[in-house]
Amino acid sequence: MKRGLQGNEQEDGGGTSGGCQKTLKRSRKQRREKDLEDEESRWECLPQEILLHIFQYLPLLDRAFASQVCRGWNETFHMPELWRCFEFELNQPASSYLKATHPDLIKQIIKRHSDHLQYVSFKVDSSRESAEAACDILSQLVNCSLKTLGLISTARPSFMEMPKSHFISALTVVFVNSKSLSSLKIDDTPVDDPSLKVLVANNSDTLKLLKMSSCPHVSPAGILCVADQCHGLRELALNYHLLSDELLIALSSEKHVHLEHLRIDVVSENPGQQFHTIKKSSWDAMMRHSPKFNLVMYFFLYEDEFGPFFRDEIPVTHLYFGRSVSKDVLGRVGLNCPRLVELVVCANGLRPLDEELIRIAQRCTQLSAIGLGECEVSCSAFVEFVKMCGDRLTQLSIMEEVLVPDHRYGLDDIHWEVSKHLGRVWFPDMMPTW
Amino acid sequence: MVVNTIHWFRKGLRLHDNPSLKDSIRGSDTLRCIYILDPWFAGSSNVGINRWRFLLQCLEDLDASLRKLNSRLFVIRGQPTDVFPRLFKEWQINRLSYEYDSEPFGKERDAAIQKLANEAGVEVMVRISHTLYNLDKIIELNGNQPPLTYKRFQAVINRMDAVEMPAETITFEVLKNCVTPISEDHDEKFGVPSLEELGFETEGLTTAVWPGGETEALMRLERHLERKAWVANFERPRMNANSLLASPTGLSPYLRFGCLSCRLFYFKLTDLYRKVKKNHTPPLSLYGQLLWREFFYTTATNNPCFDKMDGNPICVQIPWDRNPEALAKWAEGRTGFPWIDAIMTQLRQEGWIHHLARHGVACFLTRGDLWISWEEGMKVFEELLLDADWSVNAGSWMWLSCSSFFQQFFHCYCPVGFGRRTDPNGDYIRRYLPILRGFPAKYIYDPWNAPEEVQKAAKCIIGVHYPKPMVNHAEASRINIERMKQIYQQLSCYRGLGMDASLLATVPANSNFGGNGTNPRTVSTATNEGPGGSSKDPSVQVGMSQTERAQSVQKRRHEETPLESSSKSWKQSK
Repeated sequence: MKRGLQGNEQEDGGGTSGGCQKTLKRSRKQRREKDLEDEESRWECLPQEILLHIFQYLPLLDRAFASQVCRGWNETFHMPELWRCFEFELNQPASSYLKATHPDLIKQIIKRHSDHLQYVSFKVDSSRESAEAACDILSQLVNCSLKTLGLISTARPSFMEMPKSHFISALTVVFVNSKSLSSLKIDDTPVDDPSLKVLVANNSDTLKLLKMSSCPHVSPAGILCVADQCHGLRELALNYHLLSDELLIALSSEKHVHLEHLRIDVVSENPGQQFHTIKKSSWDAMMRHSPKFNLVMYFFLYEDEFGPFFRDEIPVTHLYFGRSVSKDVLGRVGLNCPRLVELVVCANGLRPLDEELIRIAQRCTQLSAIGLGECEVSCSAFVEFVKMCGDRLTQLSIMEEVLVPDHRYGLDDIHWEVSKHLGRVWFPDMMPTW
Repeated sequence: MVVNTIHWFRKGLRLHDNPSLKDSIRGSDTLRCIYILDPWFAGSSNVGINRWRFLLQCLEDLDASLRKLNSRLFVIRGQPTDVFPRLFKEWQINRLSYEYDSEPFGKERDAAIQKLANEAGVEVMVRISHTLYNLDKIIELNGNQPPLTYKRFQAVINRMDAVEMPAETITFEVLKNCVTPISEDHDEKFGVPSLEELGFETEGLTTAVWPGGETEALMRLERHLERKAWVANFERPRMNANSLLASPTGLSPYLRFGCLSCRLFYFKLTDLYRKVKKNHTPPLSLYGQLLWREFFYTTATNNPCFDKMDGNPICVQIPWDRNPEALAKWAEGRTGFPWIDAIMTQLRQEGWIHHLARHGVACFLTRGDLWISWEEGMKVFEELLLDADWSVNAGSWMWLSCSSFFQQFFHCYCPVGFGRRTDPNGDYIRRYLPILRGFPAKYIYDPWNAPEEVQKAAKCIIGVHYPKPMVNHAEASRINIERMKQIYQQLSCYRGLGMDASLLATVPANSNFGGNGTNPRTVSTATNEGPGGSSKDPSVQVGMSQTERAQSVQKRRHEETPLESSSKSWKQSK
């Protein structure tokens, strides 16, 4: 806003207030005082839409301070647009270092804004009380029509420690009332088949994203019901025991949209666990239906539990081995994962992975990201690998200990060789030594 | 005019390469070397018996060396701000010298002492000799920010002027006519106390595996260099079972206390390398140990919150769990994982563990298994680890818990597999956990999997004589990797970093999960670094956005609500 100190300059912007004119006849001091008054009244002239827009940039605390300025600003603070998204943080001092959302604020939201809420998430710490508090709030959101709901454990999965019935009834409130749920994140919760049925009964047209890794009370039939009815489902995350040929076929049915993202966690409950296999034909059906979909697989298995995996071609794109994985399995990965984009190996062992890496470079032509932890690769083989992949490798994260110097390359010169082939300066990941 | 000098030992407990001492001797008539036994041990009240013993041995050694020069060490109890005015007066001091301390607490303390000295008309002489370089110059060269990646740090180091030569050792020649007035009751008034006098229980205390003192330090340095020369190979040695045990050539505690000058070590390494490799220029990796130390000192020097998560601009705010019970099990070596427990036992008994062992236990406590704050682990190390000084300890814990320094978080050390690969036979376990001696190598890393007969034969039933494992590692690591991912996906400063940003973060983040009321889009200040962009230091550009992020996260942390009604009670709480 211009502050005209001379002449009869017109005011620009928001000239609805009568006191916005100035005259030469007043003394300088009087003019300055009037300017200040005008400034203040100009703030009142600010249209609510603009104020709203500005408020959207402020973090909640600052907005709250601003809302105390005057009635107009307080009104704006409570406009529905500002209450569409909310993240409830529920922490107990005994179990967390972080502060929680203030209980009074929560009360206020439930009272005044529960029908504005559309995108809601709950972050809870590892205490049961926090999980129960989250469910209490959920149970009160009867007027909400949520589009997005996320139940996120930030430490131990505390939703699993609360009474299942309490959780289910709270969740059901949301499913029944929000007939247009689009995204649902309920990993590590005691959700079960009946509640999934309720979800499907009310939201089958709108559901696009469902993340439910590590939900032990759900059965393959339960998730199959979701796949059968929710034809708009684009993203799904679940555990391997829920995966079945029927599920993949259901997701590839004609009525279904293209799947974009499928995340599967393969977790060993007990050593020596047997895992079922998925037929190659089921994966083929998926590929035909959704040729561009991402298949993300996280393995947390013992080395001897990989028997059923990577025997046939599988369209996995992102592969993470959270424990030790054998040379043999990595060899099979090279043979059977032509769509591989990202590979992360936490640990392997003390025998070099030279051949396996070379094969992966040859056969996984989409590979652009790789991370290696406690493994061993000879420097020469590593250089060869990088040469073959070239600059398509946008992420190359190798722990320094992985590289074994040989007759051709030492640790000090390998990063130049690798940098050459990558087309950018590269160094291995280091850990402090002291 | 008579010049009466005090030299104040804090770290730098040595007579070789001690430029502040050497310079202050010139022109002095009397010299008194003092050590102030601050009951709060320079900022940390958390010091175990091994560290006290090491310190006392350093002081004894100093005293012995000074005796040979007709001088003595004066050990004085109290706080420096109380002690100095008294001494200035009593001894008519007009000169004070000490080695520069770069740590924030040290700088504050020294500023107060400088003021007292100025008021008393005492000249103060400070020299840098605890680090290779002047850290402020490193920061200046990096655009007035400490480098936040090690590679960046090395690049800056390469552009610094050469390391200064170590100062001449204090000898009779150096002292010349400078004398130390020693009273008859010196031992009573100023003698080095014993552990018992400090209130420690010494019955049953085994001999120190790491004896303190400059003499020991210099001997070890010679042995260290001899061994390197004999091997004629300066590559980092591959880790094996033996590396886990305390080495007679290990130097880290001596560097920490200053019994060994880092500059002396630096030059001796350089000379040896040139001799063996016929005058080739030594690579930076030769000085790895020294440079890591320097790196953390540099990052810490201007950051008083360096050892905390809250309020620390370079630390990622991670929702760690508060769990004192689990923490105690880890600290006391009762986790039920022999690899972890053996390491923590060695740490408590001897005061030193191999750096890979440190990685293993640090990962287990924080992002690997227990999801407990790195600050807790840092405090335990502070108590038990001989070479853990403030900067290096805090920095390493942040690094190992992926709280800073742009570390990849995917890599997790397995508390069974890692140990097994390092020492397949399990001798290390048997040595520090004798209760498990009877287990065969096959089961010693996961004894809970051993069949009953094996446990009976080993005379150790898991759950009775040795604890069951306190977590299911597969389950814990699955959960924790998800947690780390959640955090890193929200850190906009990691997105768009192009290469080497964050593996596992490629899963599409649903942008509808916004923060509190702000637009669902993230406040993204990341620079989009394309491939070639690595020459720009991510820490300089990203450091800003991470700070902003940290600060805005800080703000949200302390969110309170204004009540709609007139009650303003929320303003009282933080």
